[in-house]
Parts: sequence; C-alpha cells; structure tokens
Amino acid sequence: MIWQIDFWLLVILIVTALIALSLHDLLAAVAALAVYSFLVALLFGQMGAIDVAFVEATLGAGISGVLFIVALFFTRRRSED
Amino acid sequence: MIKQHYQSIIVQTICSLLIPFIQLFALYVIIHGHYGPGGGFQGGVLLAVSIILQRLYLGTGIAHQKFPPKLALALGAIGMLIFCLAGIVPMAFGGAFLDYGNLPLFWIHGAELRAAGILIVEIGIGLAVFGALVLIFDSLAGERW
Repeated sequence: MIWQIDFWLLVILIVTALIALSLHDLLAAVAALAVYSFLVALLFGQMGAIDVAFVEATLGAGISGVLFIVALFFTRRRSED
Repeated sequence: MIKQHYQSIIVQTICSLLIPFIQLFALYVIIHGHYGPGGGFQGGVLLAVSIILQRLYLGTGIAHQKFPPKLALALGAIGMLIFCLAGIVPMAFGGAFLDYGNLPLFWIHGAELRAAGILIVEIGIGLAVFGALVLIFDSLAGERW
C-alpha cells in the first residue's frame, strides 16, 4: 500500500466523476465514465482485490460504455439541464 | 441501426486482427479461473465483447449471419443448464446442492474432483454471461431477428 498512488488515484477519480456529471455532451460524458471505471479498477487492484478489479475493468470500462453509446443512438446527444 | 460496414480500412483490419486474441484471452480467463484472478463471469464478458466488436465494425447485416442472435440465446440457455446440472446431479448421488465432491466422475477423486466441478461450473457461468450480454446488445440495437 503506497499512499501517494492511493491519494492521486482518488483525486483523479473525483475529478473525472465531476467532469462526467457536468458535461452536456452525453458522448463525452460516457467517455469520462469509462475513465472513472478504469480508475476504480486501478484502485481495487492497488488494494489487492484483483478479481474485483478485473470485473470492474471488463464491465465498467468495456461493456457499459458500449451499451450507453447504443442507448445514445435513440435519444439526443446533448442534455438540457 | 448499424447496418453497414464501418468505412475505414484501418478500423476493419485492426478489429479483425484483435478479435481472435480477445477470444483466446477469454478462454484462458475461463479455464484458469480457479487458479488465479478471473473466472466464468469475466471470461464470459470478454467473449461477449469480441462478438459485440464484430457487430460494431461489420454492421449487423453480415455479423448476424456470422453469429446469429438465436445462437447466443441457445448458448446462454446451455450455460444455465450446465450450471443447474452441476448443482442438481450431486444431489442425486447423495450430496448437497453444488457439492462437487459427489459428482459422478468415478475416475478422479478428492481434491481433483472438486477442481473439475469448479471448472464445469465456470464454463456454465461463462456461456450464460456471454449469451446474456450479446442478447442485451442485440435487444438494445433494436434489430428484428
């Protein structure tokens, strides 16, 4: 457990979460969400939970991004709020 | 939705080169699941990712001929059936539910039999997750099949 890696991963994690919440372009928000998932996977792996990190990297950064993008085809690309 | 080829020779070449390696890694993750990180769920997700990548770059017209959605449905159902049989068959031979020590594989014993039971269950879970995720993608993409 190296606290510098932990600290900076958490900082970038919060920044990407805020970016994904504040973007109005939903495609860019999906990309930011994939980055968030991958950082969570790195954090899990750094804490020693390799199996959970594997699930997070494949599901969070792989499948869910593709499914969100497919869902975007049936709606508008920009959000209103 | 995605009817046509993706019109770029670079994307097509890279994707068609990448897909066999993704599938090989998925098989490794499923088979090696009880020795290291990974397992049926992750391997099934990786297999589904390879098929979804094929659908994305080939377009659903050709990709549905290469891997029809009904085959995904059948594979998911077969995976679920393997899991349920690995649970129920030991009950018929005097064990509890999912008790791999009582599987009727009479030529192996003890810890090796339990490892073989884990392998059978991982294969079942992998097939079920693979079929379910490909079907979710096909239903979301909204094609008639």
